[in-house]
Amino acid sequence: MKVTIDNITIEVEPGTTIMQAARQIGAHVAPPAMCYYEPLKGSGGKCRACLVKVTAGSEKDPRPMPKLVPSCITQVQDGMIVENTTSPQVLEARKGVVEFLLLNHPLDCPVCDQAGECHLQDFTFEHGVSKTRTIEERNTFEPQDLGPYIQLNMNRCVLCYRCVYTADQVTEGRVHGVMHRGDHAEISTYIEKAIDNDFSGNVIDVCPVGALTDKTYRFKNRVWFTKPVDAHCDCGKCSGKVTLWYRGDEVIRVTARKNEWGEVQDFICNTCRFERKKTSDWTIEGPMKVARHSVISANKYGASSIKPAFPLKQAAEQYKQIDDNRDRSFLEPQKQLK
Amino acid sequence: MKLSNRTKVLEQEELTLAERIYLPAIAGGMMTTLKHFFQKPVTIRYPEQKRYLGPVFRGHHILKRDQNGAERCTACGLCAVACPAEAISMVAEERKKGEETLYREEKYAKVYEINMLRCIFCGLCEEACPKEAIFLRHDKMVPVFNDRNEVIFGKDKLVEKMDDRYLRDGWK
Repeated sequence: MKVTIDNITIEVEPGTTIMQAARQIGAHVAPPAMCYYEPLKGSGGKCRACLVKVTAGSEKDPRPMPKLVPSCITQVQDGMIVENTTSPQVLEARKGVVEFLLLNHPLDCPVCDQAGECHLQDFTFEHGVSKTRTIEERNTFEPQDLGPYIQLNMNRCVLCYRCVYTADQVTEGRVHGVMHRGDHAEISTYIEKAIDNDFSGNVIDVCPVGALTDKTYRFKNRVWFTKPVDAHCDCGKCSGKVTLWYRGDEVIRVTARKNEWGEVQDFICNTCRFERKKTSDWTIEGPMKVARHSVISANKYGASSIKPAFPLKQAAEQYKQIDDNRDRSFLEPQKQLK
Repeated sequence: MKLSNRTKVLEQEELTLAERIYLPAIAGGMMTTLKHFFQKPVTIRYPEQKRYLGPVFRGHHILKRDQNGAERCTACGLCAVACPAEAISMVAEERKKGEETLYREEKYAKVYEINMLRCIFCGLCEEACPKEAIFLRHDKMVPVFNDRNEVIFGKDKLVEKMDDRYLRDGWK
């Protein structure tokens, strides 16, 4: 099946979603995802962050789709033409989605432990508007402890349901879920029952925002001051492949390894995550690969490599060819070429 | 080797009699010296006399408190990541119940240190701060050090004193 996304055509298997096809092309055309999580079955279709425009439905029926479609749950058809960031309508819609996601989200990034690896932060930075228009009060909840290791900060939750799917599919016996409906919806455990399953810590990794955070890492440090290192160990319960986050010589956090979309492929057990915090427990493989523009590689002054669009455009508009007809006969033959 | 054809050969003429006895040149030099006796000196006697620093001077750092006296800094680390000299370091701590009057946010800086030997007073920390907590005072310079142990300024020297608040004209 042929599908064209942002003027790039790719051949994909039948049954692929637009999101998966876009991810096969590369990161620059992949729509953002807040709720969709490839390893979890049934995830997606909730946050509307990945809305795209379909300008031609298929080869047989080339009419455009009437509304923007969520790319994570829409399957491709042969000859489909999709516009992601090339469509101004999509960018406008995403601004609205950001505003909706931020309706009840507190702007406490300076306090939040997720800042720097938060998907909502990235999404807002790329697609949002810098000013808030809401004057209503936000929903506020007290922070809750879910067991000895996980803290729930319901204020920050965007109700993506990823943690619910993780608890259903990775652990046995889910004890938390989403209660109530609509604006009153919140993640909660049954009468604050502790999540004490061996794989419960994975809800921290799948959470796109700072709603579920690691209590052993709470306020220890900021993400961009820590050094991530890939390591593994022999663990009977899980694959044992993790990322260690170092501050100096001290391991301050252990997480599962994430791929370039921020998704965990090998879920790890609580013993690895919360109890093995010594370098001697692990076999270190090497530094984690960090994207160059990530805040984790900050403080290295990459400002010269990131060129904002506006000055480049302005420079291109104001560029004038210089008419240079000076005598070049004294130069070497190669350099005489203009 | 000749690089271009613009080279000129300078020919020095022989000195005249007046130039050879030097006295007119010495008298001219003395006149210049004498002129400076009657001019206003360009330097000041620094530790006793101080210059006006100007409204945009960047001097001693200050960690502001809000109007109720709670510390504004939440140890987010943005000043430290913005600092080109890597002079700032901090350790965060969670606020306990009952400390709401001391610290404005849920998290605060237990340790906040600036190495004044590293600091270049660029003001990027002030620009980065999302909580309007750190400022570079326009009216006070960092005092002269006598010892290497004095160069790291902790919270005792940086946090604003409530009886001696720092205000800028624009804030009033």
